[in-house]
Amino acid sequence: MLDNGQKREKLVEVSDLKMHFPIYAGLFRKHVGDVKAVDGVSFDIFDGETLGLVGESGCGKSTCGRAVLRLYDITSGSVKIGGREIGATPQGDLRKMRPTMQMVFQDPQASLNPRMTVEGIIGEPLSEHTDLDRKGKLAKVHELMDAVGLNRAFSSRYPHEFSGGQRQRIGIARALALNPKFIVCDEPIAALDVSIQAQVVNLLEDLQKKLGLTYLFISHDLSMVRHIADRVAVMYLGKIVEVSPRDALYSDPLHPYTKALLSAVPEPDPDVTTDDRVILQGDVPSPSNPPKGCNFCTRCPAVMDICHENEPEFREVSPGRFVACHHHNETTN
Amino acid sequence: MPDGGPLVLDVQNLNTVFATRGGEVHAVNNVSFSLKKGELLGVVGESGSGKSVTMMSLIGLLPSPPAEVRNGKVMFDGRDLLQTDANTLRDIRGARIGFVFQDPMTSLNPVFTVGYQLREPLIRHMGMNKKAANARAVELLDLVGIPDAAQRLKDFPHQFSGGMRQRVMIAIALACDPEVLIADEPTTALDVTIQAQILELVKELRQKLGMAIIWITHDLGVIAGIADRVMVMYGGQVVEQAPVREIFKNPQHPYTKALLQTIPHVSGERSERLQVIEGQPPMLGAAPTACPFRDRCDVSHDRCERENPERVNTGAGHDVACFLAEKESMNA
Ligand SMILES: Nc1ncnc2c1ncn2[C@@H]1O[C@H](COP(=O)(O)OP(=O)(O)OP(=O)(O)O)[C@@H](O)[C@H]1O
Ligand SMILES: Nc1ncnc2c1ncn2[C@@H]1O[C@H](COP(=O)(O)OP(=O)(O)OP(=O)(O)O)[C@@H](O)[C@H]1O
Ligand SMILES: [Mg+2]
Ligand SMILES: [Mg+2]
Repeated sequence: MLDNGQKREKLVEVSDLKMHFPIYAGLFRKHVGDVKAVDGVSFDIFDGETLGLVGESGCGKSTCGRAVLRLYDITSGSVKIGGREIGATPQGDLRKMRPTMQMVFQDPQASLNPRMTVEGIIGEPLSEHTDLDRKGKLAKVHELMDAVGLNRAFSSRYPHEFSGGQRQRIGIARALALNPKFIVCDEPIAALDVSIQAQVVNLLEDLQKKLGLTYLFISHDLSMVRHIADRVAVMYLGKIVEVSPRDALYSDPLHPYTKALLSAVPEPDPDVTTDDRVILQGDVPSPSNPPKGCNFCTRCPAVMDICHENEPEFREVSPGRFVACHHHNETTN
Repeated sequence: MPDGGPLVLDVQNLNTVFATRGGEVHAVNNVSFSLKKGELLGVVGESGSGKSVTMMSLIGLLPSPPAEVRNGKVMFDGRDLLQTDANTLRDIRGARIGFVFQDPMTSLNPVFTVGYQLREPLIRHMGMNKKAANARAVELLDLVGIPDAAQRLKDFPHQFSGGMRQRVMIAIALACDPEVLIADEPTTALDVTIQAQILELVKELRQKLGMAIIWITHDLGVIAGIADRVMVMYGGQVVEQAPVREIFKNPQHPYTKALLQTIPHVSGERSERLQVIEGQPPMLGAAPTACPFRDRCDVSHDRCERENPERVNTGAGHDVACFLAEKESMNA
């Protein structure tokens, strides 16, 4: 958590980041267009804070997280971590920085080597980047297993012998192994049951306090993001439409998409009526062919003529609150 | 809500054991439940509690070895699926019982296009020709909210986002209008707006086709919104089962009570720290001889160490495997 009065250092600075995937078609694999998965996003993450990143499935959250860690060669834009520009750094030179920035993946199955035991998987980064001996390594592996709520007795099992949720905890333990500074958590708890979710979130918070970690926390679980994030960025179709401090975002969402998202959250109470819910109509447009004007204009309940014409500017409308919406251009004029 | 409708699925005393190098894992222990036509049964429970293994067991999807379904019965359409030959079972799975797996990347075949994987069951089980199957495939992708459906049939699974792969899985499971749909964490990778769309779609299919649905999820908000009945699993067993309102308003099992206290909310007071259930899940190394929740339970006593409580009825359609509930039901 952050003390508000203190001067805050930016650990991560992202500016106009784009990540486009080329589409090839036809016999000669001609380049016919691009999937604009991330299309010009800018945000900062302060040292020691958690920035939540939320948005619709397919809007580009994972791609954004991966691009920030330079798991991709990005299309354009700038990414600075600890003041150092890494947007164009060749992959070979990034290796030295890897221990300080880690990722917990969305798809636990795909990110764990099926032929390695849990001990091997969690210990691998330790072998690669530290000089712990076998005993020291095993002790650390056990400590990490305790930390994420995996029974030590399971350390010689293989990933397929675990349930989905247990596998995700292996991935988290592995990401924590090298005491990183910055972790991109890509839906780290989506596969976990609520009580383990709470354990993992408490754990991430404890580690943050103890080690001063900084998180980009990608999730579609708005109630969990409300719990863990200091500030929240809302993404829609490759762009960030709103960034606000947590309490402000939940009590007074500015962007119509943020409002729709919040109203769609299912409440764990069978007596709650869902009549006042904003259910968004229409399909999400394709990221290879986004609409003219505002990206959200095809589904926005508050759409105006101008929204079909001009793209709204992403601007700070009150201290710390950023939004890209023509409605908020007017009110501040 | 369907009351007293005909049973489409009746599972009795299912037991599944894995042989591993470290010994046996008793993943599913004496699980019994049934499903009525048009009913939506929500299944919740701790990670590793046997939800997926239960569902995979009953439609013969676990490789054996290492899995062994030791005994039990799974009655579907007058036959026991556990005694049904592999070919018949494959046809039933393709056409009459749809299944959405927890892990879409492992169940979608990476070397085939999504279009191929959608057409295949339609051609095989519904006898469609390629053209009709293609049209239906586009319709199905549309139905689950994937933009540019016709275009995207040519794409391979890795070209889709996590949530889109899940929606493709749902489309495949729905392809042949099955009588039973088993959906294992079908919306974990979906954001709330798409999830709301999928849930509406599911409700509609249930009404239109009378499809019976088993919906496994960790999201109690989803359960509250769509389930008729809820089954709670812990340590490979069903510990509580009740109509949805009962589960939320009158939970009886200590695990269910604890579970309901761990969830954060989008509105109201924001707690600094989330509630957790302290302790570790059971090891499942042998068939249970005691209550699986005893070590983490606030109200356990010596009897819980010695005996495994049977499920007893405590009210209309509500049963609980806990000695304390047993006492109350006798007093009542
Ligand atoms: N192939 C296997 N070999 C050995 N044990 C297994 C195997 N598959 C599953 N298990 C064990 O069986 C138990 C039940 O697993 P299952 O996947 O059904 O859990 P689940 O309730 O679906 O959990 P989750 O919510 O995490 O998906 C777990 O303890 C798991 O470790
Ligand atoms: N390697 C790739 N090649 C082509 N398109 C891709 C690739 N990876 C992602 N995409 C596309 O980019 C878009 C954004 O995908 P991404 O995985 O970032 O979404 P997401 O916001 O993480 O979604 P989810 O919540 O479903 O995980 C999607 O349209 C997806 O199909
Ligand atoms: Mg993603
Ligand atoms: Mg499972």
